Amino acid sequence: MSAELKSAPRELTFSQAINEAIRLEMRRDPTIIIMGEDIAGAAGRAHLGMVDAWGGPLRATRGLITEFGAQRVLDTPVSEMGFVGAAVGAAMTGLRPIVEVMFVDLIGCCYDQLLNQAAKMHYVTGGQVELPLVVRTAYGTYAGKTRTYGGGAGAQHSQTLYSVLAHIPGLKVVVPSTAYNAKGLTIAAIRDNGPVIVMEHKFLGSAAKGAVPEEAYSLPIGRAEVVRQGRDVTLCGIGRMTHVCLEAAEALAREGISAEVVDVLTLAPLDEATILESVKRTHRFVVVDEDTPTASMGRDIAARVAENAFEWLDAPVKAINAPETPVPFAAVLEALYVPSAERVLGAVREMLS
Amino acid sequence: MSPTRDSIPREHLLWMWERLTLIREFEERLKWLVETGVPAGPVHYYTGQEAVAVGVCGALEVTDWIASTHRGHGHCIAKGADVRRMMAELYGKATGTNGAKGGSMHITDVSIGMLGVNPIVGMGVTHAVGAALSSKVRQSTQVAVAFFGDGGASQGAVHEAMNLAAIWTLPVLFVCENNGYADATPVEYAVPIKNIADRGAAYGMPGVVVDGQDAIAVWLAAAEAVHRARTGHGPTLIECKTYRYYGHHQGDDPHRYRTLEEERAARDRDCIKKFREWAVADAVLTTEELDAIESKNRSLIDEAVRFAEQSPLPAAGELYTHVYVAGPR
Repeated sequence: MSAELKSAPRELTFSQAINEAIRLEMRRDPTIIIMGEDIAGAAGRAHLGMVDAWGGPLRATRGLITEFGAQRVLDTPVSEMGFVGAAVGAAMTGLRPIVEVMFVDLIGCCYDQLLNQAAKMHYVTGGQVELPLVVRTAYGTYAGKTRTYGGGAGAQHSQTLYSVLAHIPGLKVVVPSTAYNAKGLTIAAIRDNGPVIVMEHKFLGSAAKGAVPEEAYSLPIGRAEVVRQGRDVTLCGIGRMTHVCLEAAEALAREGISAEVVDVLTLAPLDEATILESVKRTHRFVVVDEDTPTASMGRDIAARVAENAFEWLDAPVKAINAPETPVPFAAVLEALYVPSAERVLGAVREMLS
Repeated sequence: MSPTRDSIPREHLLWMWERLTLIREFEERLKWLVETGVPAGPVHYYTGQEAVAVGVCGALEVTDWIASTHRGHGHCIAKGADVRRMMAELYGKATGTNGAKGGSMHITDVSIGMLGVNPIVGMGVTHAVGAALSSKVRQSTQVAVAFFGDGGASQGAVHEAMNLAAIWTLPVLFVCENNGYADATPVEYAVPIKNIADRGAAYGMPGVVVDGQDAIAVWLAAAEAVHRARTGHGPTLIECKTYRYYGHHQGDDPHRYRTLEEERAARDRDCIKKFREWAVADAVLTTEELDAIESKNRSLIDEAVRFAEQSPLPAAGELYTHVYVAGPR
């Protein structure tokens, strides 16, 4: 999936691509504001020459305050329920707010504003109210092969939790996986007239680098993408897990197994058609999800495949999730927690044996 | 200069009387309809508190915003909502304010700045703060009002909202309708201080206590707070001491948690009775004028009920519409 582009791409990180997406949209539309905790930092200290101390916990909002000023780039006190609620009210009355909930683990503090207010406002008002709201939130662990140590952020700063958002009718939930699609989906989220949650994986924030065109472009919400073609099995990834799927597909290729990889990109509304078409080509299906298994997106997608593509399947569907535990602290345990390419390989080998 | 009781224009007093009695008539009729079998879902009658909605909304322009509570019919009518479409919404008819997708606890009319009845206690308060932020960012002169109850006063969202409004100097009024009860919990149990208005001090904003049975007193306090907000001086907390005449909702028997004497004392201070006595005694309005308006309101509600009864039910396909907002801009 790619937009029609005029400019030559440069290499940006995932976080830089999101920064550029927000910046370009804020230049285009003065009704866009952005709010969150330390999205700039050092609020009110400009007289001491201190501005933009943080630029967001993942530096994704760096430089916005110097370009757009404190009227449109609002550092908030620690009050997720309050400022997400204010964003809902602002979205009802002429602004297009982007809010940052620092980590998805904090979503409990403002869950009502998402599940009861933002998600349902258009419906319960009979379409009177549009709600152009973007909620950006970081998720997942930092654990990875490039790190000697794990992320170590523990049980309340490492979760995935997108299933509790995708579950609510009315919320769109996007899960970009590359710098390119992070920019395109963030712009699409900002231009959408309803609430969209953008899930930003902490590890990908700096680790995912790639070619990103300079101009603004939007990628369709609700569209999955086949990112590698194959014949023997479909590996379906969510966010960072798409990279795990690609890694597994590479290893499988060396064993003579041809794996297709589908990057889900949007969890709600889910692009069932692209996933089912892939299964009809490969006849085997594995979905990889960093979330815990019960009521997860992984199992939901697996269930949809089992229900709608049963006659095409040569083997039972398989959902690979994190274990049914909180995220552990110790690096050795955290590495076991996050679904790995090895687990995917094991599942595929068993399926084909 | 602050307005005074004597400086209120006659037309404004007539408007107040018209709205006070229209809310009363709407709620009393609705209560009768519900008790005789109209399935309106859970309803929270506003009866007894009319002076608060009318006093506050009387100080607003149609372009200003209000965010309401679960007990919101009075706020809707005071802000100017069409009682026919409100009644149709309660009947679950396609002609309702929300196309029958909301019901009593979601009545909304953005065309008159009514951002919604909201049954998650305290959450609407944050929306009013967002509307005030919108006004400030867009450099508009609009102000926003957040209604909440003595129950909502204990909700974290309300405190977060007051803090945000204060640090950002937003044009918003926090109107606490202290009717004495959150469901079946008396305010003196849930709130450790006598006046919720005192909490304004914690957020560096004025906190004012007003007799919520006196529409004019409420109007005067609201007008001053609106002036403050519109001139860039930030939020005000106004606590209106009032009383709800019935239970928390249509199925609640309040005599399991309060006494008849207390109810009688509250009804002695009835806001409509008080307004009439004052207006006639001061020869501002005549008995004939007041009676004529009450009689007209009865006809309006007759018509609203007829309109609701005769309106069509929503089409089955409406179940699936308005889940997502259609299309990017």
